[in-house]
Amino acid sequence: MQKSLHIDPNKCTGCLQCEMACSYENYGAFNISKSRIKVFNFESAGRKVPYTCTQCAEAWCMHACPVDAIRIDAATGAKVVFEGTCVGCKVCTIACPFGTINYVADSGKVQKCDLCGGQPACAEACPTGAITYVESDWTGLGKMRQWAEKTDTQPRA
Amino acid sequence: MAWAKKILRVNLSKGTCASEPLNMEWAQQYLGQRGLATKYLVAETDPKVDPLSPDNKLIMTTGPLTGTMASTGGRYSVVTKGPLTGAIACSNSGGYFGAELKMAGWDMIIFEGKSPKPVYLWLENDKAELRDASHLWGTTTWHTEETIKAAHQDPQIRIASIGRAGENGVLYACVVNDLHRAAGRSGVGAVMGSKNLKAVAVRGTVGVGNVRDFKAFLQATTAAKKVLADNAVTGQGLPKFGTQVLMNVINEVGALPTRNANDVQFEGARKISAEAMHEKRPTDGKANLITNAACFGCTIACGRVSQVDKTHWSVVNNPKYWGATGGLEYENAWSLGAANGVDDLEALTVANMICNEDGMDPITFGATVGAVMEMYQMGVLKKEQIGIESPFGSAQALLEMAHMTAEGRGFGKELALGSARLTKKYGHPELSMTVKGQEFPAYDPRGIQGMGLTYATSNRGACHLRSYTVASEILGVPVKTDPLATDGKPDLVKAFQDATAAFDSSGTCIFTTFAWTLGDLAPQLDAACEGGWTLERLAEVGERIWNMERQYNLAAGLTAKDDDLPKRLKTEPAKTGPAKGMVSGIDKMIPEYYKVRGWTTEGVPTKDTMKRLGL
Repeated sequence: MQKSLHIDPNKCTGCLQCEMACSYENYGAFNISKSRIKVFNFESAGRKVPYTCTQCAEAWCMHACPVDAIRIDAATGAKVVFEGTCVGCKVCTIACPFGTINYVADSGKVQKCDLCGGQPACAEACPTGAITYVESDWTGLGKMRQWAEKTDTQPRA
Repeated sequence: MAWAKKILRVNLSKGTCASEPLNMEWAQQYLGQRGLATKYLVAETDPKVDPLSPDNKLIMTTGPLTGTMASTGGRYSVVTKGPLTGAIACSNSGGYFGAELKMAGWDMIIFEGKSPKPVYLWLENDKAELRDASHLWGTTTWHTEETIKAAHQDPQIRIASIGRAGENGVLYACVVNDLHRAAGRSGVGAVMGSKNLKAVAVRGTVGVGNVRDFKAFLQATTAAKKVLADNAVTGQGLPKFGTQVLMNVINEVGALPTRNANDVQFEGARKISAEAMHEKRPTDGKANLITNAACFGCTIACGRVSQVDKTHWSVVNNPKYWGATGGLEYENAWSLGAANGVDDLEALTVANMICNEDGMDPITFGATVGAVMEMYQMGVLKKEQIGIESPFGSAQALLEMAHMTAEGRGFGKELALGSARLTKKYGHPELSMTVKGQEFPAYDPRGIQGMGLTYATSNRGACHLRSYTVASEILGVPVKTDPLATDGKPDLVKAFQDATAAFDSSGTCIFTTFAWTLGDLAPQLDAACEGGWTLERLAEVGERIWNMERQYNLAAGLTAKDDDLPKRLKTEPAKTGPAKGMVSGIDKMIPEYYKVRGWTTEGVPTKDTMKRLGL
């Protein structure tokens, strides 16, 4: 069974626990500037939206990479950057339509979400359930359930 | 250790920025943030200094848990000598600025001197420079944030700034960060303005990496987060209703100071409550409240995000107030509303926006308006003087006064003085609801006796956030005490004051203490910092900080006479509610409090007390 990160912006409060968890997992420091998941604050609309790589099946970044530094983790389906192979050409950052693979000036390599090997730190840290790690086939299950509840099939009195 | 071990010293007179190591010996004695910055202020300045002179210093300071995964670990404080009170000023704020400062690699910034022209500090990790802010002077905090972010082409910069109130010397101007979070009380923004310092803009990409034992830290912070989630107040009440959950509760117990404390219950409380913020407006079918929001690292998320009715008379011609923004907290809904008898939720939300936009403390501002309205009712102040008819309950007068104070025009220059100076000027000092020159907040000491002692003895002037005995007296946390009794309150107040001083020095938020005790904080600090941090040690650090602040105030010229409440609370009984017929028993509690504190009958810490605390 493959799992995906599922994001529900309505539940996000903007606490950035996910960004701290991500940066600690990957860099050993609470450093939100290095987080692979970002929470965007749409101030005048009063909305906060976490955003990260969705692990496309036919990943643009992977196909664009000239040195095959981005490979599929067979266990999780994550597209993973192999830093030892990455030459920092940034072609993947152009190819990705979503902006979720980024260059890191400090290392001269790119970084993206790798699902933490199947235990995403962001989902574990999220206090409100805005970020969950669920079965890929059923990321829409919660929403379906909400709409199902609204479906009126009861006979009228 | 979670300290960055580095402080930035900015000499505004000379235009220099220099790095120096944090005094780690002091860090072991005073922890961080409130305690540690106060230690620096005490060591480096004359307590008798004019707060608005270049010789006063202004310190922006984080705690060891700021910028970590500890819940609410995003706090910073602004410490200085306050112009409203002439006492120690220490104002705490959330948002994201504090964490960014820590992630840039700094524990604190000490500002000294006065810049010859308006400047802002640009801080990018270890690169610090003062930049010209002439183009920002005379503009709001909102405009300042937007302009600086655009100039640096970086939306991720975090900014703390003053608005026009701070520039104009409004004695209760605050420092606003992230648009609507504020180091709110005692006029710290006026000190910043007096130094010609418009803003501090920070970008931090170093991070906080030196946690002592990460595994233990994660265990401790995860356990502490569960305590918050499982608690009815921090897990449910605050996220859903915010601090506004208190409006109806406090009104019902008869402790909601109304119309400049003439009454203790407000007939319009329901209309300005958390419940009202959730209800759909008849005008546009939308609720005032959009959602809740968290500060950095906070798993409570009590913040309010509101959007006013675009057709409301106060904003109909002013689209800049139409977007979502910081909504009403309990203190502001009270100070702008009940304290003046105003029950228009939309108008209060707008008044609150003006306070954020131009950086002024809504508590002192609102309470000052209350005193002005009472003087207007008495005929002491006339429409011609104020510029508008100002009876209790007038939302129009409230908003006009907010604008004129923020912009520094007309009668606004007098409102800028705060109620103590203003009422004295017009011959009615008894109408000022203040202690040490600072207005008391939203709990009437006639109905919650412990808060009377809290206000009277608060080192920064009347304040609820120095010993929030409401938790015990009304909510039963950690134990229920009788709000109408004075017995036992000196002990209760001391315990709350000491614990609060420790929390305020850690980098976490005092609202955690609805669920946490020092016993929940200690393991988190101990895992993060070297030195062996226990509950007992934190209580002692808290007591040490409290006594250090007291010493500073005494050296500044304050005396036991300043530990007193306005006459009204001692002589005019509550007219309605459970406390009907009661006045504050402050005179009975003070001598006992001094004894509990180990102070003389004159309120001076004894030599033994000082020695015991290593002062």
